[in-house]
Amino acid sequence: MNKDEYQKLVKKHEPQENKLENSIVAFLIGGSIGLIVEGLIQVIMNIFNLTREIASTWTCLIVIFMASLFTALGFFDEWMTKAKAGLLLPTTGFAHSVSSSALDYKKEGLITGLGSNFFKLAGSVILYGILSAFILVIVKVIILGK
Amino acid sequence: MIFIWAFVVAGLFCMIGQIILDNTKFTPGHITTLFTVIGALLGFLGIYDKLIKLAGGGASTIISNFGYLLYKGGIEGYLEDGILGIFTGLLTKGGAAIVGAVVFAALMTLFFRPKD
Repeated sequence: MNKDEYQKLVKKHEPQENKLENSIVAFLIGGSIGLIVEGLIQVIMNIFNLTREIASTWTCLIVIFMASLFTALGFFDEWMTKAKAGLLLPTTGFAHSVSSSALDYKKEGLITGLGSNFFKLAGSVILYGILSAFILVIVKVIILGK
Repeated sequence: MIFIWAFVVAGLFCMIGQIILDNTKFTPGHITTLFTVIGALLGFLGIYDKLIKLAGGGASTIISNFGYLLYKGGIEGYLEDGILGIFTGLLTKGGAAIVGAVVFAALMTLFFRPKD
């Protein structure tokens, strides 16, 4: 058996992930999150008589809190796997990455464990978010010419 | 109507993320970072404003919103205080998500242990 045949054999026995099904699951779960968040925003806006911007910041914090709590309770990892990108791209994914690395590294000490690994996964979001936003603001300022 | 758009927009973002995840070697870390940068870019192009107006929570719950908020904070800072305002303003809007994630995650480590 030569290399090519072997590769073909390996490919045949690899578990096939259904890509279409994955993307539909991601669409439905992500969509539901969007729907729930919009519902929450409207409820908070109406009950506390707040502007949309303030209500959506509160909602964002509620979502982060729920995701952290569910991660700590232990069943969010399984949800993340099942929901595919549906829970990864909403703020839930960001909160999950911070709280799961916080929980995992706690036992290695407050500084060398918790402190240095806290942003292990979310760090790149913050780093590249800030860098790209900064550069784009500079570009915009140059274009505006003020 | 905004509810339908909230579903469609949030769903589409996640679906695009999933398609990239399935067909490239990118990890979830790559995807979230990529979408944050795209959010800042869409903010720069003036598209994310429209997306928020159209889909409300559907757009504001996606991680791209974080990039958009960073950009918006930077622009508003610049308009108020000039160049220094970019530095002081960049995190004013997006900061809530970082502080929230830090505080809640730290809170959880006080009360919970990892499952295994």
